[in-house]
Amino acid sequence: MNFQLHIGDWVNDGVDYLLDNYSGVFDAIGLVVDEFASTIESLLQVMPAEVMILLFALLGAWRLGLRFAVFTLAALGLILLSGFWPQTVVTLGLTLSATMISLLIGIPLGIWAATSDRVNMLLRPLLDFMQTMPAFVYLIPAAMLFGLGRVPGIIATVIFAMPPAVRLTTLGIRQVNKEIIEAGQSFGCTSSQLLFKVQLPNALPSIMAGVNQTIMMALSMVIIASMVGAGGLGNEVLASIQRLDIGLGFESGMSVVLLAIVLDRITESFGDSRRARRSGYLSRLFGRISGQRAPVKGESH
Amino acid sequence: MSPPHGKIVVRNLYKLFGSHPRQAMQRLNEGWDKQRLNRESGVIVGVNDVSFEVAEGEIFVLMGLSGSGKSTLIRLVNRLIEPTAGQVLIDGRDVSSMNRRELIELRRREMSMVFQSFALMPTRNVLDNAAFGLEVAGVGRAARERRATEVLEQVGLQGFATKRVDELSGGMQQRVGLARALAVDPSLIIMDEAFSALDPLIRREMQEILLGLQREHRRTVLFVSHDIEEALRIGSRIAIMEGGRMVQVGTPEELVAAPADDYVRHFFSTVDTSRFLVADQLKADSVPVYVHNGRAPEGCQVRRDLEAQDKHYAFVVDEQRSFRGSISLEKLALLTADDRPLSLEQSLLKPVAPVAPNLPLSDVIERLISNEGPIPVVDDDGRYTGAITKGRLLSRLQGAQP
Repeated sequence: MNFQLHIGDWVNDGVDYLLDNYSGVFDAIGLVVDEFASTIESLLQVMPAEVMILLFALLGAWRLGLRFAVFTLAALGLILLSGFWPQTVVTLGLTLSATMISLLIGIPLGIWAATSDRVNMLLRPLLDFMQTMPAFVYLIPAAMLFGLGRVPGIIATVIFAMPPAVRLTTLGIRQVNKEIIEAGQSFGCTSSQLLFKVQLPNALPSIMAGVNQTIMMALSMVIIASMVGAGGLGNEVLASIQRLDIGLGFESGMSVVLLAIVLDRITESFGDSRRARRSGYLSRLFGRISGQRAPVKGESH
Repeated sequence: MSPPHGKIVVRNLYKLFGSHPRQAMQRLNEGWDKQRLNRESGVIVGVNDVSFEVAEGEIFVLMGLSGSGKSTLIRLVNRLIEPTAGQVLIDGRDVSSMNRRELIELRRREMSMVFQSFALMPTRNVLDNAAFGLEVAGVGRAARERRATEVLEQVGLQGFATKRVDELSGGMQQRVGLARALAVDPSLIIMDEAFSALDPLIRREMQEILLGLQREHRRTVLFVSHDIEEALRIGSRIAIMEGGRMVQVGTPEELVAAPADDYVRHFFSTVDTSRFLVADQLKADSVPVYVHNGRAPEGCQVRRDLEAQDKHYAFVVDEQRSFRGSISLEKLALLTADDRPLSLEQSLLKPVAPVAPNLPLSDVIERLISNEGPIPVVDDDGRYTGAITKGRLLSRLQGAQP
């Protein structure tokens, strides 16, 4: 058999073509992404480690209760004490930048796919592709188009981490009870009112689950992205592999795990507002102070 | 054609579900029946040539088994579903030809809807749910919350404003649904099986609330139900639907008195319909009638007559069949004991007041108890149409047909 499809060659040609003709566009995108990511990173680095750990602990106490706050203090404290805090902050910055870009593109796409069956049909195989293509593979074209450093890392991460945000947004909107949609329509909602006052609020738990998934996938991908020089904890992991240094591998890997658990639990709690409200110690406190507005009888003149 | 005067006027309305409804519509016009249409083109006929009118201020109940098209029909009225053919007029304006903007305005100003599953927003508290329609219409926060507080009080939910809706029981949730519908002060409320998900006691309570609200401020209500007791309790008129068609429309009394077919009759099989019986349905010609003209029948003659027929009472009418009075054999026998001629005029009992044909059963029973003889029924012009006797009443209640 001498007939063979040379898909790989076509892809190479495609990337070369893009490089030859649109390198300006990619440079511009790269510049914007770099600016964005470095802003976020420097914002995180402005804060002393102790302050940021305390902020995370407070966030944990608000959403999940005192026990989780204690865990957060211990976990992040461990990272600080083992000397991996600076790298962790870089990784956190990369994760947050990639997540924000993913959501900025993913949620509107998800909304679009929820309102149009055709868009949904076209988007599904594309999302499957983005999610299942081995993550390393994105790094090659990303590095070719954007050069080395954090920009290709973030771009590859965005591609890898966006699908759950799209999918769960679509799913959440499509799953809103049909009568609730009808209620919105029958009271005279315009289509944008229907979206913002009915569909999105009711799809929020599902959308937040998507946000949580995106963050977790972004975190795992920014570690891999250290191969193109994205930096952060990934660099340590990479170094430990190259040097067969199990100790370093464990320390840096543990920092990733602890950061992942903290991020996961906190973002998950935003999707399940009921649980958070029941168990959150501080939220009950805040609720008493600010949340319970008195009935408006007094407002009448 | 005379100008439509009902609050809602529906003319020859069709809704076909399927891939090519227009084409299927043509087939239907060519005389295909809906079984054939479904078999050969996969189209389902949801609403099939329905026409009716709902008057301002009445509670119009759509009854039918599930799948009879009643829920589809009400969604055609506020155009949550696009009709395939036909017209829906609200206050004389054609809803089906409105553009988006006009439709939204109509929904905001004139109508609201209450749902079987309540369809409240779990992300909003009770007050914000009740204020939803006003919020959508762009009413400012203070004003809409004031109004929402007001309607929550009307449905008995004062003090619940800041509660989450999923903390409330089903009945309470539907009160919120009702408050939300009332808040926009609509002239038309569409209620889709609104009380069907509630248990019987709560359902009655909600029906009372609805009737109470109607007494305070009459609105037109289009109410879907599959519960005949509910329909009879709250409906000014009831329409029975079957397979997308409207089989019969009428007041509860009319439907009970003359169900159009077995399907309609079937609905009433579990209902004690006697409370809808009226004098007209209880009367019979079992009492002899004598016409009093210039030369009245003579007393002794009448006595012999009644004795021969074994009747104890007779009525006297004039030539226009206006009711004049009643005679009892007992008194006649006393008066004619000496066989002297006697004019009927002299033998009349103290006048028995005749009753109107629409007098309800309970009043008829009361009259029968306080009167000794049968009760005459006269029509609106005072003409005698028949008599109600105790025996006749009992056999009618027993369900025995004449």
